[in-house]
Amino acid sequence: MDGPATGAPAVNGATLGLPPTQTAASGMPLTHGLAGLLLLADSRLPAGGHAHSGGAEEACRTGAISGPEDLARFLRGRLATAGRVAAALAWSACEAAQAFSRPDKESREPGSPASSGQARVADPETAWRLLDAEADARIASPAQRLAGRTQGRLLIRTARRIWPSTALETLARAVPDGAHHPIALGVAAQAAGCTPDQAAMAAAYTSVTGAATAAVRLLGLDPVTVHRLLAELPYDSVIAEQHDWSALPAHAAPALDLLAEQHLRTEVRLFVS
Amino acid sequence: MSANHDDHHDAPDGHGRALRLGIGGPVGSGKTALTAALCRSLGPSLRLGVVTNDIYTTEDADFLRRAGVIDPDRIMAVQTGCCPHTAIRDDIAANVDAVETLEERFGPLDLVIVESGGDNLTATFSRGLADRQIFVLDVSGGDKVPRKGGPGVTSADLLVVNKTDLAPMVGADLTVMSRDAAAVRDGKPVLFTSIREDRGAHSVAEWVAGVVDSWRHQHSHSHLS
Repeated sequence: MDGPATGAPAVNGATLGLPPTQTAASGMPLTHGLAGLLLLADSRLPAGGHAHSGGAEEACRTGAISGPEDLARFLRGRLATAGRVAAALAWSACEAAQAFSRPDKESREPGSPASSGQARVADPETAWRLLDAEADARIASPAQRLAGRTQGRLLIRTARRIWPSTALETLARAVPDGAHHPIALGVAAQAAGCTPDQAAMAAAYTSVTGAATAAVRLLGLDPVTVHRLLAELPYDSVIAEQHDWSALPAHAAPALDLLAEQHLRTEVRLFVS
Repeated sequence: MSANHDDHHDAPDGHGRALRLGIGGPVGSGKTALTAALCRSLGPSLRLGVVTNDIYTTEDADFLRRAGVIDPDRIMAVQTGCCPHTAIRDDIAANVDAVETLEERFGPLDLVIVESGGDNLTATFSRGLADRQIFVLDVSGGDKVPRKGGPGVTSADLLVVNKTDLAPMVGADLTVMSRDAAAVRDGKPVLFTSIREDRGAHSVAEWVAGVVDSWRHQHSHSHLS
């Protein structure tokens, strides 16, 4: 450890008004985007997420989740399916929003390194509708599609006020009833200064945290035990670059579809989904 | 129409929209009964919408629909994921969405009532959701409740003490409640009701009508100047 003998002052560069010394190859500070990621992934983000259980409420009601072991399996399955698809959609949406926000048109030409899935489409609104349709095609359950759009609409409303951006405006116009949540998350992430990888991480993480919290509330599970489950999940494994929207992952979870449909038909329910 | 006129999109919050009235309070104090009473009393003269925040079923929304005091389509139910106070204070997104949906579908409206799920004495509405709020207590919770205070009791624009007909049966002293409430509320109004006996909660309805009236005057014309 640096002691007084080395003469190192107990302040960092930021305190002295100096630029951060550690930078990535891009020239950006290594912490770039992290503040936006933390805000977006925080369960306290006021965007309605607290009232969604991702099928966990119905699974608790039917006994499919009754303790930490069941919950661990549920969360792993959710991350590997819905989480993977959400991460891919968020990655794509964030990357497209980045490309649309670049001033030079050349980097948006098809085939250039800076462009990918969206570049074949001329205007942002058409692109958002296309990506939203790709999301629709990957969610079999109407109840899940409805819940995803509701969460997306609420997130767009919230994000537009926190991080005003052209991309969020075009997304709101393109899909007035609410784009699917991962797309809203990806575009909000870009507005918050995040990279596509960070957007995908937020999507993967929030695909399981709502379900975990719901199980804590509904079954009275030890919250520390449940947070350990969350810490042990392989988030990195579901995050990948995406360069062809038609080839985005389409992992399905029929059990989650059935839980979502049954949830809407259950009389006594605390969560929206 | 000129480009600069009648564009409400940049109008500050409050212009061109209904007054949003939050009704909160503990479980069983009479929030839904008060909401129904206000619909009964104010429905003939004001354009209304109602958002309910049931704790787990659509019981409150169903009660209002069955009561026939308002067009059932003008009632929206919001689920709150075990946390009714979160939905009215920390994360109001779903409630704002419901209010705005009602205004889009049926607007212009004069008054949208947002009834919270039954909660504890610390629950209050965010200013981002409710322009004014009523906190409802009932005498059967004991006459010490106003003295204990809490944000709902102390800060609500109106405190309603309901079920006064039960006071003799539960040994609640209304003068004690009145004195304690006045002491912790710094002059803000307190009304005593028995909605079972006065199905229109007329004193409360009169207060709400006055609030809606002044809201209208404050927010209707200033954007033209």
